[in-house]
Amino acid sequence: MEMPIDFVIVTVLLMNLMMLSSSRIRTCIQIAAVQGILVGFMPVIIDIHSILPGIIIISFFSIILKGMIFPGLLFRALREANIRKEVEPLGGYPLSLLMGVLMFALSFWLTSRLEYAQPLISYLAAPVSFATFFTGALIIVSRMKAITQVIGYLVLENGIFLFGAVFLGAQSFLVELAILLDIFVAVFVMGIAIFHISREFDHIDTHKLSELKDLITKK
Amino acid sequence: MNIVFCSLTIFIMSGLLALSLNRFVKLANYIGAIGAVCACVLGLSSLFIVYNSPGCAELSIPWFVPDGSLSVAIDSLGALFLFPIFILSALAALYGAEYLRHYYGKKNIGSAWFFFNLLIASMVLVVISRNAILFLLAWEMMSMSSFFLVLFEGEKKEAAQAGLIYLIAAQIGTLFLLAMFILLSKDSGSFDFPGSQITAPGFLHSIIFLCALIGFGTKAGFMPMHIWLPEAHPAAPSHVSAVMSGVMIKTGIYGLLRVINFLGTPCVWWGWLLIFIGIVSGIFGILFALAQQDLKRLLAYSSIENIGIISMGIGLGVLGMSMNNPTLIVLGFAGGLLHVINHAFFKGLLFLGAGVILHETGTRKIDLLGGLLKKMPVTGFCFLVGAAAICGLPVLNGFISEFLIYFASLKGIFGSGITVFVCLGIIASLALIGCLATVLILLIAALRQMLLKGRRVERVLTWDCGYAKPEARMQYTASSYVQPIADFFRGILRTQKHGPKISEYFPDVSFFKTETADLFSETVFRPALKFIHRLAERLTGVQHGQLHLYILYILFTLIALFIWKL
Repeated sequence: MEMPIDFVIVTVLLMNLMMLSSSRIRTCIQIAAVQGILVGFMPVIIDIHSILPGIIIISFFSIILKGMIFPGLLFRALREANIRKEVEPLGGYPLSLLMGVLMFALSFWLTSRLEYAQPLISYLAAPVSFATFFTGALIIVSRMKAITQVIGYLVLENGIFLFGAVFLGAQSFLVELAILLDIFVAVFVMGIAIFHISREFDHIDTHKLSELKDLITKK
Repeated sequence: MNIVFCSLTIFIMSGLLALSLNRFVKLANYIGAIGAVCACVLGLSSLFIVYNSPGCAELSIPWFVPDGSLSVAIDSLGALFLFPIFILSALAALYGAEYLRHYYGKKNIGSAWFFFNLLIASMVLVVISRNAILFLLAWEMMSMSSFFLVLFEGEKKEAAQAGLIYLIAAQIGTLFLLAMFILLSKDSGSFDFPGSQITAPGFLHSIIFLCALIGFGTKAGFMPMHIWLPEAHPAAPSHVSAVMSGVMIKTGIYGLLRVINFLGTPCVWWGWLLIFIGIVSGIFGILFALAQQDLKRLLAYSSIENIGIISMGIGLGVLGMSMNNPTLIVLGFAGGLLHVINHAFFKGLLFLGAGVILHETGTRKIDLLGGLLKKMPVTGFCFLVGAAAICGLPVLNGFISEFLIYFASLKGIFGSGITVFVCLGIIASLALIGCLATVLILLIAALRQMLLKGRRVERVLTWDCGYAKPEARMQYTASSYVQPIADFFRGILRTQKHGPKISEYFPDVSFFKTETADLFSETVFRPALKFIHRLAERLTGVQHGQLHLYILYILFTLIALFIWKL
């Protein structure tokens, strides 16, 4: 085991749990940003002895995007849409935390059954990246507001990035770039959409959007 | 082969051109029609070249789809089907140019031509393709383009309904074809069409045959799968109905023949099944045709009847193949295939005639028509010729093909065992169909007027509404003309009569209405669909509109798949 890598990975895991338990949207955005920066450093840390210029560029862009641009856009949306500062989870914070821990256990079990092509850099890397992925999904599923769903999306992407950086090396970055672009568009669109939704409906609760669902024939 | 490709290109290019010139209605109309006619003539000329030198009609180039190549070919079976496709389509295009003029400004002429030309091109491609993927692509293109043509007057509720039924039927058919081709490729190892194989009939082959029967039968209109025909044909513009009924449904027959060709020696029961389906389609088709009041609906049912006759011929041929009886093979297949060509021409003629009648009178209800032979002598005469041909009356072409099938079944009688009964059944049902069909042409209002020739037309009292001098020959409407037969078969037809029962001496305003719903759609498909609908309604709880839970579904699916693959 290499210390810096495991240190980063454990921090990422703790941030997941923190995000699930924090009640303020502002904090969530900040945690997601810091997590993004940490994960963005991963490719550089792993290949610290032989750094390619490509890897540095990727790292740099992902840190800039996730650490500065996305949070900036989200904060702006938060400000302009006049959103209440609470996260409003479905089922409360303890349950979210418990689910997060369960997800971590599940990802340990899942990754223990994977077969790896290369020798492992860190035994924690795979479970934590899966756990991050699941945490993002959990945030998307269990939080009321549209803006928290964007945050969930970001966390999910962090998980994918971590996995790619640890296991796939330099080849993964083409895929990674594509996903980053997707996320960028998603955040951008969501930012605009949230603003417009809150202006039209006076709230951005997604569960109230169910009024827009297809008409189901009622008998 | 190059000429066929040229013709395909002209179809598509002229269609696209018509589509893009949609704003100049007249130009779009003429470009569409001229393109279709030119391409058809080119295609026909290629058939003659193929006929003279059969070697040059193959092309096979590699393409991106795995397991096979982009291969097309024209062989004698394909040429036989291409012949009516090109001729009838060219004629229908000429007719359509005139027909669509009345829709200037009301309808999208350019897209009508685009889909019409696409329909013909895809039919040609279906017949020439020698690769399962290419075949299915062309097949779907054919279904889709004809679907949009059925929706030509889609703002009418019944046309939209017909389009929906047609779309669903076409998709179900394609589903079975997909399964069939996958099984077939498993058998032969490639998606390219195999050559004729001589293998012992196995279980897999029977499954393939059944899939082909259902898949192609849905397009062709075999009896339990026919329900889209009577809906879609009346809804489409008349020149499209002519092409659809005349040649498009025959691609189903083509596919069936092609697949039987792959499967080597067929089982005996395949032939029986085909004959049985043929008898059912033939008799029920003509019976329901009798009970219809819509002219084009009647013609659609008559198409089902003719498909039944074709199926009998093919069934006899298959029976001959499995029993190794060359006479039966030749007579059966010849009869069936000749009827394919014959039906394409007289049904095309009848649909085009019906289009003229619809256009001139503004109605398709036979009961409201009458005396047309006097007002429209040319149309009436052509219609009469077509009707006589479809009855299989001697001198006309329908007679020859039906005679061949009669002859084949007569030959079959000298076989042994159950074949005798089957053949007797064919003869009896053909006779019944012929007899009923003869009644049918009398129904088309024409002959009644011929009987009137040389008689005086009198004016009588105003208030007795033509009842002053009734005669045995007089008919109130076309429905009353077939009423004795319809009543005789009421167990099958289930014609419902609506009207108040008259009990007083001075009754109020009264009315009388009959309607005949399709037997299979009422007794089989409607209950089945209701059942599916009820099942589906239980699932509406899953669709609650909660975005979170939708994402949860996706997540669960992903995790489940992941765990399953570990």
